[in-house]
Amino acid sequence: MNTFKNNIKILPIVLMALGLIGMAIGFISAPSSIEDVEQILASQHHDGHGEAHAAENHDTHKASHGAEAHNDAHAEKAHGHDAHAKHNAKHNDKHVEDAHGAHEKHLHHVLHQLQNKPWAALYIAAFFFFMISLGVLVFYAIQFAAQAGWSPLLFRVMEAITAYLLPGGIIVFIILALSGFHLNHLFVWMDPEVVAHDELIQGKSGWLNVPFFLIRAALYLAAWNVYRHFAIKFSRKQDEDPEGNVWYKKSFKAAAVFLVVFIYSESMMSWDWIMSFDPHWFSTLFGWYVFASMFVSGITVIALITVYLKSKGYLEKVNNSHIHDLAKFMFGISIFWTYLWFSQFMLIWYSDIPEEVTYFVTRINDYTLPFFGMVALNLIFPLLVLMNSDFKRINWIIVLVGVVILVGHYIDIFNMVMPATVGSSWFIGLPEISAVLFFLGLFIFVVFKALTKADLEATGNPFLGESKHFHY
Amino acid sequence: MASKVAHAYYLDDEVLMDAVRACNIKHYHIEEVYTPFPVHGLDKLMGLPHTRLAICAFMYGLIGLTVAVTMMNYIMIEDWPQNIGGKPSFSFLENMPAFVPIMFELTVFFAAHLMVITFYMRSKLWPFKKAENPNERTTDDLFCIELDASKLGEDELSSFLKDTGAVEINFKNN
Repeated sequence: MNTFKNNIKILPIVLMALGLIGMAIGFISAPSSIEDVEQILASQHHDGHGEAHAAENHDTHKASHGAEAHNDAHAEKAHGHDAHAKHNAKHNDKHVEDAHGAHEKHLHHVLHQLQNKPWAALYIAAFFFFMISLGVLVFYAIQFAAQAGWSPLLFRVMEAITAYLLPGGIIVFIILALSGFHLNHLFVWMDPEVVAHDELIQGKSGWLNVPFFLIRAALYLAAWNVYRHFAIKFSRKQDEDPEGNVWYKKSFKAAAVFLVVFIYSESMMSWDWIMSFDPHWFSTLFGWYVFASMFVSGITVIALITVYLKSKGYLEKVNNSHIHDLAKFMFGISIFWTYLWFSQFMLIWYSDIPEEVTYFVTRINDYTLPFFGMVALNLIFPLLVLMNSDFKRINWIIVLVGVVILVGHYIDIFNMVMPATVGSSWFIGLPEISAVLFFLGLFIFVVFKALTKADLEATGNPFLGESKHFHY
Repeated sequence: MASKVAHAYYLDDEVLMDAVRACNIKHYHIEEVYTPFPVHGLDKLMGLPHTRLAICAFMYGLIGLTVAVTMMNYIMIEDWPQNIGGKPSFSFLENMPAFVPIMFELTVFFAAHLMVITFYMRSKLWPFKKAENPNERTTDDLFCIELDASKLGEDELSSFLKDTGAVEINFKNN
């Protein structure tokens, strides 16, 4: 129905092509033997990188509180056969490699990390864009459940973003299935050799086993996509036949049921797909934490696409009060995210229990910049910029803050996944950027294709009139 | 200064808004509008300047944050350092995460309370203050526009206000 100019059709294809090439290079250039790793490490040492890194580690140790306690934690976790903590402990002491065997083991370990790296980069980007569409789906359902009057003008934008849920979900599922079939080693608990020596994972194997894991993943995806299918169907039918609001009432009921199902399934999804990267570690508010991240990213993308469409002359009835409301959500949910992030951090930091605190020790020591930089991007910047009421109505400020928030939440997911999969061998390089480009391209392609399939105004919605007159 | 005001009463906020628009078109000077609840958009119609309370709130928040930091630094670090949970408090920075809830709460506390007090002072409200409403029903279900009537004829103004939907019109000399 609506046609977009050619550049918005060419851009995603270019992005996807660039992303594919970059990812291919990333996979090919991953080391395949310990000899390769030795060379890589040697070249790093020659650059003085190793020493600088060690010094850096030392500084962060000093700066972060209770360095001694943390080192103990490292040692304990290493006894627990957690390969990653072992590596981290070793990495800190890499200048005291006395035995040749230890050196060999270390090389093997780095090899695994570097082999994981392109996979982890792929997974993070795939999950990030998938979670945006899921966050938007929840936001959409909330609008119906709350019978919101301000937002129906934006419904078609939200519906189009959720179109990515199915392709994005399938891609994430395929990556999880590949892990399950041992084509990559993202999840340590999937390795039977690790489980054989690990009592903690053995105790959890009733939940953490590959068949059940994949069945659960399929169930979550099915449940969300079923809601998405019917929500779109009811919304279109309401346009065709607004008499009596029959379809609107169905949308309302479907949204209410979905929200209940979602909050349970999302929690479990976050344990499965993210928290199980560190199978020893657990956090009871992890589901909420991941939810906050997906929610704020989703709302930000709604705002960005709305601003873009408006700048191209679509969505004439959307006024700056709608933008203002979206920006208020971006502001509020950013603070909500920080609240959860800090609640999780503070309790674990304060109690300092070895098996819990390793999670943050690895992040603060090995991921100092992304860990603290993320707080600046996700809290301080949006807080200070969006605090001003007038700024929430200015399009270029929304775009600026929106991009910063999206980068911040990409790094948030990066911090959730990378420490457990590649440990201290992380770097935001070609594989990471290419994966983001590829999925960004796919996302834009799917979303803008979906935008052309229906009228940009949900003409049958009973609250559309109120939304058009919305003024604050 | 001897002046005369007209009080026009309305039963509905939408009617009131239209009446204010009509007054604006005629360039009648509205002194004040009394409503039982905040009416959205009324401030813009009346041409009231944007509130500066938000700026105060921000500064009060900063004061609260400063008080919290100073207080926690004095109590927990300087005056009586303790070793809580294996975290000896010899440095503010190293113990900072434990103080964040206090810093947050005091920021909110200062911002909220000082903002309310500022609002009362700015609106000239204090305990035992006598109400200024022309009619106490403006706190219940009536909306009232107070117009400057010193330069206008009573009859002309009455008929104009009747047309805007006023249910009662009084003139008052103060």
